[in-house]
Amino acid sequence: MAATAAPVRSKTSATNTTKRKQHNRFFFMLLAAPGIIWLALLFLVPFYDVIAIAAGRLNFLTESPVAVYNPLNWSHANLVDTWRDIFGATSFELPILWRTVWYTAVASALCLLIGYPAAYFVAKFAGRRKALFLVLLIAPFWISYMMRMLAWIDLLQTNGYLNKVLGYIGLPSSTDWLGGKWYTVVLGLVYGYIPYLILVLYAGLDRIDGSLLEAGRDLGLGRAATFVKITLPLSRQPILTGMLITVLPMLGDYFTNQLLSGTPGTAMIGNVIDNQLGTNGFQGQGAVLSLLVLAALVIPMIYYVRATARSAREAS
Amino acid sequence: MTAATTPAGTTTASAPAVAGGRRSWIKNPWRRPVFLEGFTWLYLLWSLVPIILAVLFSFNNGKSQAVWQGFSLRWYFSDPVNSVAHSTVLQLAVLQTLKLSALTTLIAIPLGVTFALGIHRWRSVTSVSFNFVMLLSFVIPELIFGVAMFFVFTSLFSGVGLGTLAETLALVTWNVSWPAVIVQARLATIGNSYSEAAADLGCNPFQTMYRVMIPLLSPAIFASAVLVFSTVIDDFVIVDLLSNSAANTPMSVYIYSQQHGGNGGPALNALGTIMLAMSFIIATLGYIGYRLMTRGERGTSIDALTTIAGG
Repeated sequence: MAATAAPVRSKTSATNTTKRKQHNRFFFMLLAAPGIIWLALLFLVPFYDVIAIAAGRLNFLTESPVAVYNPLNWSHANLVDTWRDIFGATSFELPILWRTVWYTAVASALCLLIGYPAAYFVAKFAGRRKALFLVLLIAPFWISYMMRMLAWIDLLQTNGYLNKVLGYIGLPSSTDWLGGKWYTVVLGLVYGYIPYLILVLYAGLDRIDGSLLEAGRDLGLGRAATFVKITLPLSRQPILTGMLITVLPMLGDYFTNQLLSGTPGTAMIGNVIDNQLGTNGFQGQGAVLSLLVLAALVIPMIYYVRATARSAREAS
Repeated sequence: MTAATTPAGTTTASAPAVAGGRRSWIKNPWRRPVFLEGFTWLYLLWSLVPIILAVLFSFNNGKSQAVWQGFSLRWYFSDPVNSVAHSTVLQLAVLQTLKLSALTTLIAIPLGVTFALGIHRWRSVTSVSFNFVMLLSFVIPELIFGVAMFFVFTSLFSGVGLGTLAETLALVTWNVSWPAVIVQARLATIGNSYSEAAADLGCNPFQTMYRVMIPLLSPAIFASAVLVFSTVIDDFVIVDLLSNSAANTPMSVYIYSQQHGGNGGPALNALGTIMLAMSFIIATLGYIGYRLMTRGERGTSIDALTTIAGG
């Protein structure tokens, strides 16, 4: 992302090259133009539109939001309402925010605890069966999120297979798993997002030079010591980017919750935004809330972009 | 990548661990990592068995998603009202998914590839900033992006409105970073020597692109097309926010709204199984195609697998 060095070339055809470069520059500008215009119109403008709606007014007749595009006329009515809902006397969003952070933290930690050993094994020890393991590991990546949630809805019903198995081994077998249990939602999040983490971890761990690990063991380190002293420090980067790739979508998740619990007792911030978007009169507040979430995530997002750009440069 | 894949654990495992009992076997750093392997298998069972069961339930001869009542194809063909073959709503959902995947891929791939080719050689403040914007569109939470799309198509660009056009425009924006990122990575490995050689031999920039760069980039372009197509099949949040009638509701949104609305049943599993089959067909074709296109190169089957999965 930093300034790029000018390409080193021989100076034999210097003038010819400069002329060609001028000509080429225009050609490459033209090539990039459609993508740039598309992103400007359908990525940057929409976010300005969200700001204009968040800082806009409400049409009291239709209860629909009115966007205000001129910053001089911006109103803080929606912001005040949102602030009141989070911190004010009638606050109902603060517990939801804390719950979102708590669910996301537990779910992503579990993703790492489950995903790391599996990715580590396949990247470093699978041997000749590596391709087979890899196919099985990335299979969920190709299966629709809805289908994977449906799979658990089937299993977790009161008369479903999980309760049957529990009853068979003599445990209580009438738990209503889908009736608003926090652990069902957290496990749903883990199940939903772990394939993305595993893919990132696998790619990162696969790049670690195997001879480093062998050297560690040759020099008398045990398995655990090799792991702690060599593998873990080298996998810091994939762990960080992998965690981000699971945390970012979890914070905007509203469907896992709806499908596996559907009760307000497990609502996350995504549910609040989704509800406000679908309720007349509250869309402006939905816009404010989305912008607040975005503001909280800007720094991790930029970190992710820079980290992946750096590792791409190193790989090439 | 290829050098590091020598199985350090497996080949040398048996050699030094001859003497001693169980204790020294545990301590031997060269033994096979049995616990790790066992854990990996447990993980794979947990991740795949529920899906296999969900596919099985699409063949259930009853209305339950939890109790097996015998094998039947009623949710695919036999049921005269609620099967995929006879229900208009279900067919609309399948068609809408295919339509969105095809449209998005057709628009996003040329857009992303030309963007990557242009940005790679045209260095300026504008190009660097928009490359950054492109990468941001890759990591922004989908709900936040979907909210922005919902507002822009209902206020500023209200002529677009909700429906297939809005869904396509949003999905293209959401997915254009796949070809842009993958092609840029490939360009970085190829380097500038090919295009400079072509220019020295008298190609104009257009001929260089058409005759040299596009053929060299074809595996990357192909891989990104496979990724975009399959990502759109599985996409949920954007289309959920931008669809407004049965005619523009794809499979994922249909499954969600029915299951959430208490109208679950094996027909949804049948729909999910169709989605799964589509994705796997695309993945398999993508893998075979990618292998054929990179035949002359040193890459392994494992490289091809991770590329097709976006790794």
